[in-house]
Amino acid sequence: MSSKSNNSAYWHANLKLMGLLLSIWFLVSFVCGILLVDQLNQIQFAGFKLGFWMAQQGSLYVFLLLIWIYTKRMQVLDKKFGMDE
Amino acid sequence: MDLALLTKLFVGSSFALYIGIAIWSKAKNTGDFYVAGKGVHPIANGMATAADWMSAASFISMAGIIAFAGYDASVYLMGWTGGYVLLALLLAPYLRKFGKFTVPEFIGDRYYSKTARIVAVVCLIIISFTYVAGQMRGVGIVFSRFLEVEIITGLLIGMGIVFFYAVLGGMKGITYTQVAQYCVLIFAYMVPAVFIAIQATGNPIPQLAFGSEVVGESVHLLTKLDQIVQDLGFTAYTEGSKSSIDVFFITAALMVGTAGLPHVIVRFFTVPKVSDARKSAFWALFFITILYTTAPVVGALGRMNLIETIQPGEVGTASGNLEYANKPNWFTTWEKTGLLAFEDKNGDGRIQYYNDKNPNFKPTADSYGWQGNELTVDRDIMVLANPEIAQLPDWVIALIAAGGIAAALSTAAGLLLVISAAISHDLVKGIMVPNISEKKELMVGRVAAAFAIMVAGYLGANPPGFVAQVVALAFGLAASSLFPAILMGIFSKRANKAGAIAGMIVGIVFTLGYIIYFKTLHVEFNNADHWWFGISPEGIGTLGMLLNFLVASVVSKLTAPPPAEIQALVESIRIPKTD
Repeated sequence: MSSKSNNSAYWHANLKLMGLLLSIWFLVSFVCGILLVDQLNQIQFAGFKLGFWMAQQGSLYVFLLLIWIYTKRMQVLDKKFGMDE
Repeated sequence: MDLALLTKLFVGSSFALYIGIAIWSKAKNTGDFYVAGKGVHPIANGMATAADWMSAASFISMAGIIAFAGYDASVYLMGWTGGYVLLALLLAPYLRKFGKFTVPEFIGDRYYSKTARIVAVVCLIIISFTYVAGQMRGVGIVFSRFLEVEIITGLLIGMGIVFFYAVLGGMKGITYTQVAQYCVLIFAYMVPAVFIAIQATGNPIPQLAFGSEVVGESVHLLTKLDQIVQDLGFTAYTEGSKSSIDVFFITAALMVGTAGLPHVIVRFFTVPKVSDARKSAFWALFFITILYTTAPVVGALGRMNLIETIQPGEVGTASGNLEYANKPNWFTTWEKTGLLAFEDKNGDGRIQYYNDKNPNFKPTADSYGWQGNELTVDRDIMVLANPEIAQLPDWVIALIAAGGIAAALSTAAGLLLVISAAISHDLVKGIMVPNISEKKELMVGRVAAAFAIMVAGYLGANPPGFVAQVVALAFGLAASSLFPAILMGIFSKRANKAGAIAGMIVGIVFTLGYIIYFKTLHVEFNNADHWWFGISPEGIGTLGMLLNFLVASVVSKLTAPPPAEIQALVESIRIPKTD
């Protein structure tokens, strides 16, 4: 594979991963924490209303998890496409 | 040992530590001065970023804002953390690969234009100065409140310390002092939080105490809080009173603004490799999340403690409210500072705290014989007075002072550095005197840092009336100006000089105009009836950002594409490997 098409395949794999993770990012904060908060607040768990917990705690944990997954997945992609620095 | 002496000891030894680090990590060249020689370990950089990021506002004010706004304050929690996902995925690795010193330098090179670089410098300076003024004010307030010196004296001491390590050590000095400052501030935040969590729920981990049952009662903390605030006419703690669209736009503006703040972005220039930039973003958010998931617990417990102190008996009964004559000691202490004020409107000698702005609650309040809310509480009290309200030992209170100062100083230093780099590297070396020697550039950088400290100090001492509010607005400015230009510079090969310049100008002028219109020119119109689409000035940066993207795309499409070498530059920053 030429280096140009290798680079472009790497970039597209990266974009796909980003797209997936950013959809989750949007879902937990804007959808669960804001737009659907009243509906989710009907659900009680461990002393919290779910919507409120997502807005003040849950989405923060998910953000952290998303970045962790991204760094791990990118390490794999870097290796696969020979992008190690 | 008395409290004042203990506080002086804690704050003094933290200062000695910072100065020691500055001497040890003195900058030897411009690489050290701007980006710490690109040799910072990702975990250390994560800690430094967290300290840089968490300002006096995060440390002192945020829990208080949450205490009084409940769910509505979620915008800050999600907004000031969600931006790190954008940074880690969309910006940090590519800017690190680009491998230069400043944000305007990236914009200038990517858009092959000195004009674009100057526009970026202007945006950066507007954003950073609005932000830094609030920090210096924070330093002054902490000093005056805990060390009983004048605000101005406190400000001068703070300026002196920052001057010493920012001017001497540059980015290298700042990075390692920020690591120390993070340790001081997180310890200072967590200790009282753990204490009050145990007192209220028996659970030492604040994040778990948040969902626990209150000690001695079989009711969950948040259920109880919802109940007691509603009894006093407030909106339920876990429910919002702002419109969804405004909450949505404010959160987006804070997230995108976080990702667009130059002093945060530049931190990712300091690590050795592209993969380190990603790791570093993870560690930064990890260290931030510790404080950010604790703040809502401190807020909720603070609000509950406050109400239970003022309203120890049943709501509405004659003896349900605290007698002013029997007020606790901390009440007197904080009354003296003006952060707590009592006015006996119905002359019953007791303190009534309730929501007198709620027309539906008025008949109930009237039937109780209440004639208006009698207690005004400054939100900053929730963190500053929490240890006293919870009757914690003196050393905890002294710790809070050292933590608050660490939070304010670390952020101020980071901001001052990007301002000085923008002046010495972007304006002087980049545009005015391109063949300046490295030694002279370093000198100019130090002078610029010194100058920026003076201006920041002046703004801290004489804040323009709206400074406290504009700190939050700096995010809207960053979101609407720098973020789109950087993002398109990486993700679109078609984005060109004309598009970027037009986009940045439209974005920042629109956002700044909207903010100034509602915040200074026509304060009387600053309400949902007059806002565009119901978006408050705090959230308008999101609209400014969308406008920036739109203008930049259209203008880029109508004008010539960027030259081939720029398109090659874009391709090269997308891959970590160096050719």
